[in-house]
Amino acid sequence: MDQILQLLWLVPVLPLIASVILVSRPGWSRRRAHSVAIGALGFSGIISLLAFMKTLGADPATTAREVVTVTWFQMGVAPLQIGWVLDPLTAVMLTMVTFVGTLIFIFSTGYMASDERYRLFFAYLSLFAAAMLGMIISNSLLLLFICWELVGVASYLLIGFWAHKPSAAAAAKKAFITTRIGDIGFFIGMLWLASSSGSLLFFDNGSGCLEENALGLLGSQVTILGLALSTAISLLILWGAMGKSGQFPLHVWLPDAMEGPTPVSALIHAATMVAAGVFLMARLYPLMAAGATGTDDAFPVTGALIATTFVGSITALLGALIAVAQTDIKRILAYSTVSQLGYMMMGLGTGGPAVAMFHLITHAFFKALLFLGAGSVIHGCHDVQDIRRMGGLKGAMPVTFATYAIGMLALAGFPLLFAGFWSKDAILHSTHTWSVSHLPYWIGLIGAFLTAFYMTRQMFYVFFGGNRLNESEAESHPVPPPHESPAVMTWPLIILAAGAVLLGFIGTPAFPWFQGYIDRAPSTLSLSALFESGTLSVMILSSLVGLGGIGLAYLFYRPIAFRPNQQVDPLQRRLPRFFDLATHRFWIDELYDKTIVAAVGALALVSDLIDRKIVHRIVECVRRAVQGIAWVTRFTDEHLVNGAFDRSCDGFRWGARQGARLQSGQTQRYLKIVGSSLVGLVLVLIWISRS
Amino acid sequence: MNSFPLISFLTILPALGTVFLWSRGRHMSAHGVQRTGYLFSGLSFLVVAILGLQFDTSSGELQAVERYDWIPTLGVEYAVGIDGLSLLMIGLTALLVPMSLRAADPTCARPHHFVALVLLLQTGLIGTFTTLNFFHWFLFWEISLIPAFFLIWTWGGPNRRSAALQFFVYTFVGSIGLLLAFLGLFAATGTFDFATLAEQARDGSLMSSLASNLAWADIPIRWIGLILFALAFLGVAVKVPLYPFHTWLPTTYSEAPTAVTILLTGLMSKMGVYALLRLIVPIFRDQMLLVATPLLFLAVLTIVLSAFAAYRQEDLKRVFAYSSINHLGYCFLGVFALVSGSAFDSSWNAEAAAAVNGVVLQMFNHGIVAGFIFYLVGRLEQRSQGVRGINDFGGLRERAPQFATALGVALFASLGLPGLNAFIGEFLIFKGAFALVKWAPAIATLGLLITAVFLLGVIQKVLTGPLNPKWQDFPDLNSGERSIVAPCLVIMLLVGLFPQLLIRFFNASTLRYLAQLGGLE
Repeated sequence: MDQILQLLWLVPVLPLIASVILVSRPGWSRRRAHSVAIGALGFSGIISLLAFMKTLGADPATTAREVVTVTWFQMGVAPLQIGWVLDPLTAVMLTMVTFVGTLIFIFSTGYMASDERYRLFFAYLSLFAAAMLGMIISNSLLLLFICWELVGVASYLLIGFWAHKPSAAAAAKKAFITTRIGDIGFFIGMLWLASSSGSLLFFDNGSGCLEENALGLLGSQVTILGLALSTAISLLILWGAMGKSGQFPLHVWLPDAMEGPTPVSALIHAATMVAAGVFLMARLYPLMAAGATGTDDAFPVTGALIATTFVGSITALLGALIAVAQTDIKRILAYSTVSQLGYMMMGLGTGGPAVAMFHLITHAFFKALLFLGAGSVIHGCHDVQDIRRMGGLKGAMPVTFATYAIGMLALAGFPLLFAGFWSKDAILHSTHTWSVSHLPYWIGLIGAFLTAFYMTRQMFYVFFGGNRLNESEAESHPVPPPHESPAVMTWPLIILAAGAVLLGFIGTPAFPWFQGYIDRAPSTLSLSALFESGTLSVMILSSLVGLGGIGLAYLFYRPIAFRPNQQVDPLQRRLPRFFDLATHRFWIDELYDKTIVAAVGALALVSDLIDRKIVHRIVECVRRAVQGIAWVTRFTDEHLVNGAFDRSCDGFRWGARQGARLQSGQTQRYLKIVGSSLVGLVLVLIWISRS
Repeated sequence: MNSFPLISFLTILPALGTVFLWSRGRHMSAHGVQRTGYLFSGLSFLVVAILGLQFDTSSGELQAVERYDWIPTLGVEYAVGIDGLSLLMIGLTALLVPMSLRAADPTCARPHHFVALVLLLQTGLIGTFTTLNFFHWFLFWEISLIPAFFLIWTWGGPNRRSAALQFFVYTFVGSIGLLLAFLGLFAATGTFDFATLAEQARDGSLMSSLASNLAWADIPIRWIGLILFALAFLGVAVKVPLYPFHTWLPTTYSEAPTAVTILLTGLMSKMGVYALLRLIVPIFRDQMLLVATPLLFLAVLTIVLSAFAAYRQEDLKRVFAYSSINHLGYCFLGVFALVSGSAFDSSWNAEAAAAVNGVVLQMFNHGIVAGFIFYLVGRLEQRSQGVRGINDFGGLRERAPQFATALGVALFASLGLPGLNAFIGEFLIFKGAFALVKWAPAIATLGLLITAVFLLGVIQKVLTGPLNPKWQDFPDLNSGERSIVAPCLVIMLLVGLFPQLLIRFFNASTLRYLAQLGGLE
């Protein structure tokens, strides 16, 4: 089975090859194009599954982590090495991404069927998948960063796929730049890690940057602001992860990314791009936890982990609050993603990678399900995205309704049956036992309540009551009645729905198999663990909160479901101030426009002015000065030097002319001169002798 | 040793083309003139290829050296030779000159003069990159300036005259500084040879000769050293350029015909960085160490301010002119970080190797990417009859998908996307520089961010968005243009994925360079 390790590089390379082929073969038929893309990713999926099986069978003590290292290029005296790693974290993430990715690809064949640039779409999707898979297997921070950036550019291409719409072009740019703001932190963190640990390989037989030697060194050194070196680097990398994973204050790109086609939203918001930040944090968890104080705690506490937890908490709450008042079906899901990513960060900070990854995996399933379901709804409603114009789709789209309901119940944390409940419960449980503060725990509960509320609200708006597609006066021509999507779109929904239910049971408190697998510790089935103090109370409380949210939304929105005319949102009627704030996303985008964007513009103006006015002026002054000197020189030349020269020349010429007259060759003149000279000479002599 | 003087032949070759075109070109068709240009630049390419094949990549020593006594009484000898850095630069020259000829407008007035001047410029460039003695190095340095001046003066945009004059006066002032500095060194040491001067600088005898031969009045010897450094550095600071000696550049780049802009940004700016590495750092290392912090400050200023300034520009050529300043700022950053690090630190060698390799790669990569971008802007301008405002277009992707792909890839390369060539150079510069001095690279990353902002702005306004109805019939790339675009894309991808292809040529030279610089044999 060792071939699997050696062949692991094929997992990202196969979709990459598919992408290159699709770009270079524009003449291919649609069928052939999507077969290549799906086939490549499917094959990657098979390899991933084999790799997953291998890690399952591995002995946790010895062979749970294997690496392959290759030299990228020889630079200076040392080679620059990159490579890949196979461990549970890689394997489970690979399996999830290829599985969900393949379903999204299949769904896209239906959703994008009428698009002109169908092949290009699959080329971009494949590139995206390749970059994401490359990121997952990489055993080098540099390789991870490279794939990370490629993920960014692929998402840029996909969000801007319909870039003839100015809003899509702007959203793509916003996504790339906002995440790049984060990437700058990541980049500096990487440079710092490289210069202080001497290696960018994670695991390298003891000399990697995530292994004991380097961590000990990083954890003990103190740098600026009294931070441990490992903490400072971790915070910089956290900043990068916040950009990619849509954490406050860098979350603003994520809802705008809804401009892309819906399968893209599913791919970006569910399985891949946004998960990249959480995955990065999980991969670098040893660095985050290096130099932890209070080692008697079950989970280490460091500055970086505390920061992660609070960033996650704020984001979880903020995303949920905003989602409550949105009316675009995809935007609700987008803010819900922001919020759920906050939960993952919370889980990572308080409970380690296993907790965060568990929620990441279950979330990938039910959020992909919800996005694809939303895609099916939009498809069925002829590109209408406003939930106020939907309604009554339960009858028209039964499969979509059933699967969407499962996704909604999973996200809302409906007790016991659904995956989202168990993974969220694990996070709440770890925040409950966190030694630093209980605030994240309470925020988590409030967030859970809001999540249940806004998802139920959405369900009522979309699926219940009468259909309102043709009620808006703005539409001049009527929209045809909604219809169920084709099988190629509904089957992925059914498969994902199954995952959204079943996956929860691999990580219940009674049988924490997933946690044991990630942390490489054996796990056993013990029902009694369910009834330990803390565990049960958290479970009951989170169940009550979830049910409460659903119940409240039922009370609010049930009437509207049966009164189809347009009216003020019940929540808006009760809390108009808050609703207004949330509708406008707490004015954060506008705040950024007024501050950061304006500052960049002002700095650009200043730079330009410095160039034009100051530097150029100085140069002009120098030029004037030089010209002035030149003028003075010319003046002195012409009037003093030349003048003097000319005048002496004139004098000389005059003298010469006079002299020339002496030699005219005329005897009379000679005689006249001789005579007059003689007279003169005689007079002079007389005058001299007189005295 | 190779008996055939390949390098001298390579240097003379384009000049022969110049002579030929000057004497015969009047009677040739524009097409024939172009073909003559391709012939001579193609032959140079072959000679460079032969040099590259003969080049021993495992050795960092100078190769293919030719040395003859020239003016023995003045200690002037004719000495040429190449190491990895020179080889890479003449390789870049051999690539970019045909691209420039390709970008030239064949319908311009007196095309034979145009091509002749471009070829003469090539001779100047090759001479600059291969000469080992200041005496004729300076000759070539100046020779390249004259054709550039006339090319801008004659074939440039509406303000070509003032732009050409500004360009000439600026760079000439810098050259005079360089000349004065080296005359000073010559007066003190009696040699123009780079290696000898560097050797003397390292063992300290340079300062003592300066003290004994150049002691004017009461000026302390330290100051004389600094003054000489400042004079020499002026030449480089203008040529590359470094803030605040850069204001000639945007005007010149935008007024010059596109073919010349390609040469200016791709090659002539590299002359400056090359001179910095070859002349200034080895000879004036001690002086640079004294002023390392101000120098780093200027480098950061160059990177950040030019990126911000580029964001404000509306003329595409000016956008990329500022972007050029920004990208060459990273070269300054790498070099200044290199000299500010302590050579006695054990890790210096590894980090400095990263920085120098990064700078060299960045020179090559920027040459390709910036040259390519200006080529595409030239194509755009040719289709739009001279319109090149950033807001004059929109949605070109719909009408010209190949053009849009090419420009998009080039812009992403320019903003440092991994997988394309420019990333490797920038990464290595930052990796080396950050290890040597923390604050400057950390602030300089702001430049990376703003670069992304304005380059994506170009994509958004020119390539995507709704199609501007004015360009309803915007034609896509034709086969002639594809013959430039395809090789450029291939080079950008290959170097981005397999940088070893290039690094193998100069890694040994870098190590030798550092060994000589640090005095660690």
